[in-house]
Amino acid sequence: MMNPLIPLMVAVPLAGGFLIMILGKFVRDLNKYIATLSLLFLVAATLVLMAGTGNKEAVYRVGGWDNINGIPVGIYLVADGLSAIVLCIINIVGLLSVIYSFTYISRYRSENNYYALFCLMVAGMNGVVLSGDIFNIFVFLEIAAISSYALVAFGVGRTELEATFKYQILGGMASLIILFGIGFIYWRTKTLNIADIRSVMGSETGKPIYLLVQMLLLCGFGLKAAVIPFHAWLPDAHSSAPSPISAMLSGVLIKAVGIYVLIRLFFNMFTISNETAVLITTLGALSMVFGVFLAIGQWDIKRLLAYHSISQMGYVVMSAGMGMILLSKGIKPEVAALAIAGGLFHLINHAAFKSLLFLNAGAIEYRTGTRDLKEMGGLAGLMPATYSSSLVASMSISGIPPFNGFFSKLIIIIAAIMAKFYLLAVIAVLVSIITLASFLKFQRYAFYNREAAKTGNNIREVPFPMVLSMVIMALFCILLSLVAIPQIRDVVLTPAVNVLIDPQLYTSPILGM
Amino acid sequence: MTVYLLCFILFLVGLYGIITRRNLVKIVISLSIMEFSVFLFLAMIGYVEGGSAPIIDPAAPDTIYVDPLPQAMVLTAIVIGLATTAMLMSVIIRIYRKYKTLDIREIKNLRG
Repeated sequence: MMNPLIPLMVAVPLAGGFLIMILGKFVRDLNKYIATLSLLFLVAATLVLMAGTGNKEAVYRVGGWDNINGIPVGIYLVADGLSAIVLCIINIVGLLSVIYSFTYISRYRSENNYYALFCLMVAGMNGVVLSGDIFNIFVFLEIAAISSYALVAFGVGRTELEATFKYQILGGMASLIILFGIGFIYWRTKTLNIADIRSVMGSETGKPIYLLVQMLLLCGFGLKAAVIPFHAWLPDAHSSAPSPISAMLSGVLIKAVGIYVLIRLFFNMFTISNETAVLITTLGALSMVFGVFLAIGQWDIKRLLAYHSISQMGYVVMSAGMGMILLSKGIKPEVAALAIAGGLFHLINHAAFKSLLFLNAGAIEYRTGTRDLKEMGGLAGLMPATYSSSLVASMSISGIPPFNGFFSKLIIIIAAIMAKFYLLAVIAVLVSIITLASFLKFQRYAFYNREAAKTGNNIREVPFPMVLSMVIMALFCILLSLVAIPQIRDVVLTPAVNVLIDPQLYTSPILGM
Repeated sequence: MTVYLLCFILFLVGLYGIITRRNLVKIVISLSIMEFSVFLFLAMIGYVEGGSAPIIDPAAPDTIYVDPLPQAMVLTAIVIGLATTAMLMSVIIRIYRKYKTLDIREIKNLRG
């Protein structure tokens, strides 16, 4: 029995996007209703899917093509613990961003295009996360990427256009490198299914072609995930987009099309080798350090937040890499599980607090009309909801207890110490302290420091939909720290960690063994 | 083997163009060259020596066919490439209206 919800996760937002373009012209405000309803449906469907799958993996064979002699033919959609987590992030952040957009985006013209592109982007990301074959990952990735190119340019000002050009050239090159890698994989294995590739390519571990494919895919998805040598486009694109889109890009897109695919491919498709694992860990640690040092000198709020995205994604990549090193050596599997769990937990937390911070930045820009920290000040009394929610998010990202960021960073650091990677543990602590410093700067210049403000005194709190989504996001920041409790962690994180540690769990339901 | 090497050289030509050209349109052309080298590679990996078009002919059961899957992949990738190029071109038109130039050295608002 195949679960009909799985293809609907892609079909509903696609249909929503097209309906908005066709009917939106005739009925006023229909675009908002369609976008909200499809996102609401997606959130509900994700929760049902998450409750239904649990530790099992749900496979949907598009068109009903069954395996022939144990070889998968046709397109497979796969929902397991890891995809359920990422789906949750995508759709909940997406819903809150749509609610936030109601008033924020009414400053721009052609709202229909905005909501339609938004739905397309969500459809693309859901597709990437659910797809069980590597070429479809590429196709859905391009759907998400092309709609995000258009959304970054939505303001059509000078900076927006420059940012989107840079983003498109680098994104286009990333896609080509990925396609090149897919071509090599198909050449060697004559299959595109991730589980099947694992079983066919397993005998080639350590050969040059295996390494070439790994490096091509690491470069391609690393560019999409903005890991440090490939980060040049991220601060421009994420700071130029309209704020709800920045929240989606930073909070969701780099995770769904970058980090998620990297983790999925390197754990479940390739057999991990020690060298690759060390390389990935190094890239993660470099991202953490360079991202935070580039961030601290910024005066534009959104650029500051964008650089912090690079640094915080470094935590996720680094802890996944630590897990890979331990697994490839075959020692301390429980520490590897802890490291991966910490990384995934930080992925969820980052989605909550970074989206919230971008929404806060959007709220500040909405009322004061500037993003420069030097020009604003004294907003604490004028915008209480924005102030308190951004305080929650700032404390979460800098790892202050009892907010969610503290627990995920704690788990990562404990795992690093238990695995005897003392240097990485020290780096993680130091980066966290510098993050705290740069968010103290953000809080001080934006919300206190009233005398320096060049903005008028007639600043009010932002409209209700924007406040609503910021407050819900802030509640998530607090509630997510509950995931650190072992009972809840077993429900949320353990299925995903199990799939990553034991690739058999991923491959056997697909290959029908 | 020579064909694959030529294909890789085409990829490098595109990469060289993206890095060295100053004109936005030429950058996009270089990206397209890179794109087409990858498409060529995909089309070639599906080729079987002496194979015919993959339309099954019941009268001749031992015919060798070329692999149709890479062809389907190339078609999909071409459509995606078209969308990317169209998007880039429309952005370039907008950039030209704002900056009155296509020289990438003069388009530098974002830095740091």
